[in-house]
Amino acid sequence: MKKFEREKGLVLPLDRANVDTDYIIPKQFLKSIKRTGFGKNLFDEARYLDKGQPDQDCSGRPLNPDFVMNQPRYKGVSILLARENFGCGSSREHAPWALDDYGFRCVIAPSYADIFFNNCVKNGILLIVLDEKTVDELFRETEANPGYTLDVDLQSQTITKPDGSTISFEVEPSRKHILLNGLDDIGLTLQHARKISSFEAGWKEKSPWLFAGN
Amino acid sequence: MAGKTLYDKLWESHLVTDLDNGTSLIYIDLHYLHEVTSPQAFEGLRLAGRKPWRSQANMATPDHNVPTTTDERSRGVEGIVDPVSKIQVKFLDANCKEYDIEEFEIDDPRHGIVHVIGPEQGRTLPGMTIVCGDSHTSTHGALGSLAHGIGTSEVEHVLATQCLIQRKAKNMLVKVNGELKPGVTAKDVVLAIIGKIGTAGGTGYTIEFGGDVIRSLSLEGRMTVCNMAIEAGARAGLVAVDEKTIDYVKGRPFAPKGEAWELAATAWRDLVSDADAEFDAVVELDGSEIVPQVSWGTSPEMVAPVTGSIPDPADAPSEARRTNYQQALKYMGLKAGTRIQDIRLDRVFIGSCTNSRIEDLRAAAAVVKGRKVAANIREALVVPGSGVVKAQAEREGLDKVFIEAGLQWREPGCSMCLAMNADQLGEGEHCASTSNRNFEGRQGFGGRTHLVSPAMAAAAAVFGHFVDVREVELN
Ligand code: SF4
Repeated sequence: MKKFEREKGLVLPLDRANVDTDYIIPKQFLKSIKRTGFGKNLFDEARYLDKGQPDQDCSGRPLNPDFVMNQPRYKGVSILLARENFGCGSSREHAPWALDDYGFRCVIAPSYADIFFNNCVKNGILLIVLDEKTVDELFRETEANPGYTLDVDLQSQTITKPDGSTISFEVEPSRKHILLNGLDDIGLTLQHARKISSFEAGWKEKSPWLFAGN
Repeated sequence: MAGKTLYDKLWESHLVTDLDNGTSLIYIDLHYLHEVTSPQAFEGLRLAGRKPWRSQANMATPDHNVPTTTDERSRGVEGIVDPVSKIQVKFLDANCKEYDIEEFEIDDPRHGIVHVIGPEQGRTLPGMTIVCGDSHTSTHGALGSLAHGIGTSEVEHVLATQCLIQRKAKNMLVKVNGELKPGVTAKDVVLAIIGKIGTAGGTGYTIEFGGDVIRSLSLEGRMTVCNMAIEAGARAGLVAVDEKTIDYVKGRPFAPKGEAWELAATAWRDLVSDADAEFDAVVELDGSEIVPQVSWGTSPEMVAPVTGSIPDPADAPSEARRTNYQQALKYMGLKAGTRIQDIRLDRVFIGSCTNSRIEDLRAAAAVVKGRKVAANIREALVVPGSGVVKAQAEREGLDKVFIEAGLQWREPGCSMCLAMNADQLGEGEHCASTSNRNFEGRQGFGGRTHLVSPAMAAAAAVFGHFVDVREVELN
């Protein structure tokens, strides 16, 4: 799995609450059987003026000039600043795949939907929760200052602003460990294979109907 | 010490081990798979040289992508016109064969939406842990099982280990007291709950639905409620087991039989929250006050009673909400203050894992019977949730009722719920839909969804706009 240690980059302010996974990556792109290539369709319906098709070359499509990501000053962004309940809706992991493929390594918002949160960790994307006031302030500063960058350091759990001041953030120790080391959690779970087998044997004895035909 | 909630009991009975970082390994009894979120998981398994831990604990079906016209469906997988969709369905077939996973293929008479066929076949049983790469897995909680959606990496993890790494959620009780008025259904109940607690209200919780109203609902109605727990932000919704649950499961194809049945049914009767269990949060609603609901915006929390009007963003509880309401109204092409009954409609969709079971179709048919689809409705689709539902409806003559009224009778699948197949809204079209999500573009690029119950959708089809179904006389 991908690691996350530190990311210094341009910030994209997406001023919209309850951004759902359909908004992040519309369903027609879910027909792909691959994990990559979703970046060009990230936020597809907001980003382009026409309706996107899977496997389409997007370079000639008409861009929506009102969509924040299309402003030249936000070219090359890697940190997404968002509003509450980001990533609600479906469980599609295509959403973090699209964020990752576009180049986002980190999201900052007041809150996230549960399944989306897990899916991001599995893809080495760091999700930071900050209170609404701090997020508001970051929105104001990002919008007011072209070229605004943040420096996110997971080890020290700090975000450094362009003026050198810092914001600290919380992260679950287990998630931090997994992200810093880019661990394969299937491999980690399989280290407990004996425990799983013995649980299974006991469970089968107690609830044999769950194992009918095995 | 306080007693245990149903969620506590399900968690503890499936706990393999606590890991030293605050997470736990939870054993998964049943894993459902469909074509959209599984190909990359199988690929990952293959690349790592791993095998499924227990193939028999998995069951698959293609539902998201499949066409619903009888013409396409009569030719099985080969009949799928969209080449990209066809590849995805074929991939599922091939992966299931390779890994010895039972699949109800597209032309199996038992085929349908995964969350409809699981309970219907008796695959979903009380007391199980169930996951699927689909957020509406919460549906299965209606049977007293702990069920929730997972991402594709977790699909791979469950395939390989039969376990999931989980952090225990908090307990929330949503209690709907009293009695529903005639014409008010499970769908209205859950929309009213989401309207009250918001789409993030249940984040971090497992919601148990209780109270007299929930107890009075059929299992199908309870599935409708649990289905939308995720729309309230909760990964899992639950309803405690009672005799209705046990009666529902009895005799289904995969349900335990004979001695095993007795053993199982006895164990299931304990699947309730203890009387002295403590919940981290309790929300109460008065069921007798619930009016048929209609969503007017782009989030399931943006609902109003059919007798009401679209709220004014100026009255929104916070700045962020105000912006959110304004963005929603702009997308929906609607104005604050418009009466819900004056919203112009173009299409109607009756289907999805929320409302495509036999009771839903009966309720819709009762309203359209002896009436005709209104002239301004371009298309009204009825998509049964499974082949079994379809056959049952046809035995009861419901298909004829729909067809005579001018609605289309289709083959089972997710269809216009997420519009991955050809069933889509056109740009700017308004649709009365029995599905669960009204997000921008969900039912088609630029499409505008209004979430309602099956009876409300049926009434909208024949009147051409929303009407209070409580006032519609049945023929
Ligand atoms: S019917 Fe809709 S919500 Fe249900 S599984 Fe299919 S796409 Fe998802």
